Amino acid sequence: MNHVWELVRKPDNIPIVALLVFVIVYTWWAFHKALKNDRQGYLDEARLSEKIQVWPNLVRVEFLASLFVMVILVFWSFLIDAPLEEAANPTLTPNPSKAPWYFLGLQEMLVYFDPWIAGVVMPSLIIVGLMAIPYIDINEKGNGYYTFKERKFSIITFCVGFLILWVSLINLGTFWRGPGWYLFFPWEEWDTHRVVALTNVDLSEVFGIHTRRADYSLNPAAIVFGSAVILGYYSLIGAYWLKKRNSDLIKKLGFLRYNIVAFLFLTMTALPIKMILRIGFNIKYILVTPWFNI
Amino acid sequence: MLKIREKLQQTEVWKSIFRHNYQDTNRNRALQIVDNVFLHLHPVRIPRHATNIGYTWGMGGITFLLFIVLTVTGVILMFYYRPAAEYAYEDMKYLMNDVAFGPLIRNMHRWSAHAMVITVMLHMFRVFLTGSYKAPRQFNWVVGVLLLVLTLLLSFTGYLLPWDQLAIWAVTVGTNMARATPFLGHQGPFGPQLGMRIDNDVRFVLLGGTQVGPPTLLRFYVGHCIFLPLIASIFMAVHFWRIRKDGGISGPVSNDRE
Repeated sequence: MNHVWELVRKPDNIPIVALLVFVIVYTWWAFHKALKNDRQGYLDEARLSEKIQVWPNLVRVEFLASLFVMVILVFWSFLIDAPLEEAANPTLTPNPSKAPWYFLGLQEMLVYFDPWIAGVVMPSLIIVGLMAIPYIDINEKGNGYYTFKERKFSIITFCVGFLILWVSLINLGTFWRGPGWYLFFPWEEWDTHRVVALTNVDLSEVFGIHTRRADYSLNPAAIVFGSAVILGYYSLIGAYWLKKRNSDLIKKLGFLRYNIVAFLFLTMTALPIKMILRIGFNIKYILVTPWFNI
Repeated sequence: MLKIREKLQQTEVWKSIFRHNYQDTNRNRALQIVDNVFLHLHPVRIPRHATNIGYTWGMGGITFLLFIVLTVTGVILMFYYRPAAEYAYEDMKYLMNDVAFGPLIRNMHRWSAHAMVITVMLHMFRVFLTGSYKAPRQFNWVVGVLLLVLTLLLSFTGYLLPWDQLAIWAVTVGTNMARATPFLGHQGPFGPQLGMRIDNDVRFVLLGGTQVGPPTLLRFYVGHCIFLPLIASIFMAVHFWRIRKDGGISGPVSNDRE
């Protein structure tokens, strides 16, 4: 247990502990309010809709909140020093080398994807996808109040993305990853000499198609197989459309918006799928080409 | 005493500074907001749920407060810090050991920075859960996403400045990703085919070298202290302006317009 305490009290990890607590409390609180609104048939927000003067009502809240934050900040800064390690030394790589905590989700993705996906394509898609949300969510309900039943799909999708794929991967990267980026329980001492024999295989090899031939050149059959799997995965977009194209929702979404929603959704779910394949079945790549691997 | 105060309030100087008295009337309450350059960001009247922390979580406002704290402490830190590899770490040691209140200022800067990343995320979470990005606030959500990215970049560039082991290796891990940029990185898909080498790809541009070194420190310093805060301030101005222009704080449609 000592090791948990060591991890938690590391000055730079305190905000992450705070983040986890905040996220849990706020998620509980938001769903509490949403389910209450859904259940009672009227909106709590609408009950508080009478207009009041900003001075003093809002200014007072802002002042008190500022005071509260400043007091916490000053106490925090008096009690805990920001870390300052030894001088920078480009020849001495610490193990593990961790990115700043808010990028640890992306660093964790490196286990499952090559850097061009985990470090470039995925972050870009996260940013673009977030920006696209208001334009692809055509549900007019649930604007300006807490609700769950009126927008189940969007809330579940966002919560999976934010709570599981972002916050919990930060938690994983901070508290569960040790030297060599191996998994350690938080209460386990970090063994810097740990070596794990990795017997990762590519997906095609599970089906008896070798990625490389005896002379180490790429096996065309494996490339065809890998491409088919990936195209097959994304062809779910078309399959679902064929099945549901006459539903009101798909018609209202329109062709372009539907494709964007479906592409972003499948790309997001590709991460947990690859995590399961990698951790559960030791699958390394789906597709290996001379230029890139997926 | 009362007489002196009354006299004082009659003087030209006093009247030129304070445009109205402090009687508790609705008119004065409105003037208090409208006549004040800092407070006039607010509307004069708002729906009651806008003051309810259970609804707003207050995270947007706290983020702005932290940005101000970071600006003030950051400027103070700039007096003690030189962004050159041979001085940077020594300046940090000096700051932490010899400067009066140096550790307090630096701690406040670092903890506010961490806190700001958290509050920005929570602000986004709240705005999503209340559906506040929906019409007519779609564009302000986009601006908000840009501000989130800017916050992360500000934090990331600041991470390098202490120039200790933690700093350069965290930034090394982070910027190594740029090598793998498709087309633009020397290890990315189709990068080598387009002539990308370690000394001319997008990571080289970012770092000013083939590894995190003194030019990187200067680049990140200028980005951290001038370029990014400036851009963030501009987007913040747009963000706040658009809250007003898009009908104030979100709420159930019935009281959206008034």
